[in-house]
Amino acid sequence: MADKLNKNDALFQFLLRLGDNTLVLGHRVSEWCGHSPVLEEDIALANTALDMIGQTQFWLGLAGEVEGKGRTADNLAFLRDVWDFRNLLLVEQPNGDFGQTMMRQFLFDAWHSIMLGRLMKSSDQRIADIAEKASKEVAYHLERSADTVAGLGDGTEESHAKMQTALDLLWPYIGEMFVGDEVDAEMVKAGVAPDPASLRDEYDALVGRVLADATLTTPDSKFAHKGGKTGMRHSEHLGHILTQMQWLQRAYPGATW
Amino acid sequence: MKNEWPLWEVFIRGQHGMSHRHVGSLHAPDAEMAIKNARDVYTRRNEGVSIWVVEAAHIAASSPSDKGPLYEPSNSKVYRHPTFFDIPEDVGAM
Amino acid sequence: MYAQMIKTAGTGVKSPEEMTDQERAFQARIDADEKIEPKDWMPDDYRATLIRQIGQHAHSEIVGQLPEGNWITRAPTLERKAILLAKVQDEAGHGLYLYCAAETLGISRDELTEDLLSGKMKYSSIFNYPTLNWADMGAVGWLVDGAAIMNQVPLQRTSFGPYSRAMVRICKEESFHQRQGYDIMMKMCQGTEEQKQMAQDAMNRTWFPALMMFGPSDKDSVHSTQSMAWKIKINTNDELRQKFVDQTVPQAEYLGLTIPDENVKLNKKTGHYDYSEPDWSEFFEVIKGNGPCNTERLNARNKAWDDGKWVRDGLLAHARKKAARKASAKTAAE
Repeated sequence: MADKLNKNDALFQFLLRLGDNTLVLGHRVSEWCGHSPVLEEDIALANTALDMIGQTQFWLGLAGEVEGKGRTADNLAFLRDVWDFRNLLLVEQPNGDFGQTMMRQFLFDAWHSIMLGRLMKSSDQRIADIAEKASKEVAYHLERSADTVAGLGDGTEESHAKMQTALDLLWPYIGEMFVGDEVDAEMVKAGVAPDPASLRDEYDALVGRVLADATLTTPDSKFAHKGGKTGMRHSEHLGHILTQMQWLQRAYPGATW
Repeated sequence: MKNEWPLWEVFIRGQHGMSHRHVGSLHAPDAEMAIKNARDVYTRRNEGVSIWVVEAAHIAASSPSDKGPLYEPSNSKVYRHPTFFDIPEDVGAM
Repeated sequence: MYAQMIKTAGTGVKSPEEMTDQERAFQARIDADEKIEPKDWMPDDYRATLIRQIGQHAHSEIVGQLPEGNWITRAPTLERKAILLAKVQDEAGHGLYLYCAAETLGISRDELTEDLLSGKMKYSSIFNYPTLNWADMGAVGWLVDGAAIMNQVPLQRTSFGPYSRAMVRICKEESFHQRQGYDIMMKMCQGTEEQKQMAQDAMNRTWFPALMMFGPSDKDSVHSTQSMAWKIKINTNDELRQKFVDQTVPQAEYLGLTIPDENVKLNKKTGHYDYSEPDWSEFFEVIKGNGPCNTERLNARNKAWDDGKWVRDGLLAHARKKAARKASAKTAAE
């Protein structure tokens, strides 16, 4: 980013990060509807996706307001291209099998719940209000995804092996959650949001507890893929999500639905 | 081996102080998951604030052939119902 | 309706003289509008027919998730996506309630599921048709749910208690489904030329399959007569179909959509709309497995079931281990 980042731009970017995370993950989870291993899980996953779509409407709605160019949450969701998305790489990863989906969910929920807890004390009241509402939903998501990860890790030999594979696959995507940049620095300065690195200890403790219950081995590697939250370099998967998600809005510009 | 998740009966208490009421059933591997599933399946429209679950196999039920002996005796005890007594209107609400 | 062509078990309605004492007492309870509960005595044929009917109804809800699920990831706004997802989720819930009602008759959900997956049990013909443009989400809600509601509302009074209670819950939740469908249609019909074309295209493809949902005429069927005597079927197929047409034609006119049947017109004498019969040979082909999407639908259900096996087994194994650990901790403490 050239020159000095002004505070309003930084706030806009920060809100896109929150909204794009829930937008993309909500989309991914909604792909399960009608295809889950058991009816009760199908219904529960749809609830999670519905919560995340609702959170997206709040975050992107506020982002549009902050930007001040008259863009709505829908405009931001359906009319930006890959390089303008600010979600973590983790959430755009494919669903894989049910275990991989639940592992991705858990690794995100753990971070999300800690982040929202901090945002409830944001100096920006609008952010604190959204965080408070969302944190109740996310507390339940976390309870559910943690239980499922622990259950499947502990379950059978087969389920254990699949969960370990999922963990190994997704582990390199968690580092990005804790890397700060000039947007984050600006947010810290304004008292809007915490330094991402400051969440790490609490995250490691929480995740460590659940993975121990799950009898899974935490990978040693500290390697982290980066480029989602800055928009520098998304994975190829995001473009395919957008071709579906944005299809109608792109094919029939200006129509109302 | 049969590996079907057991069936649970779900009871929910709503916002307004009524007793827990049977709302339906679902499948779950254990009680904890049954409560979570009940939350997702049976409170999608804000129906409840408290959930009970009990494994269906653990419910003891009266047998339909006992219906006569169990319930009919109370038919004749009409004096248990407030409408049995005629109270003059002048007395006011009672 | 979601339960079509249910073969009623038995040989038709017995006269009171042909009935045993038990059967006579059972029929008298039904005639007096008493509900039959799972532990009550019931004729084997009543039980078998109900399992078929409730099972097929449940399967229809579950397979019915697929044509609408087809558009969740392509919904055009965040609000539409949330509404559609909530609606398809409701269908999973309705399937769940119905399976539970069937389970009170002594069959397990897994057994019913396996009968669906093997093709032994059927689901409604309507879900073997594709959803090709966004207006199909409107047409499904408005016409398909509209047709289903015609059947489900009277079924709230059905004689079997658990089925009746499931229908009460389903009808309560379902009331938003048809409205959201019509709401989509209104937006499309007030929209751009292309949106109007989508709406008409969806109407053209959905009209006759929706009429087929009620099943062929059964006014002379001995099976239906028995099911109606048992109050597990409340109206004839033709009655419900006529009611649906009468309700739908003015709604289509309001939208400015053309019903793809030039014989649809108000009959002054009867006060009902005349209409052409759907092509019943197509219906029987779809039932046999030759609909446009039969293969995809069953494959999708089979895949979800097979891929999910390790998850169901894993969580159950965990629950058993947990219970065993708790038990041994308790013993150790004693």
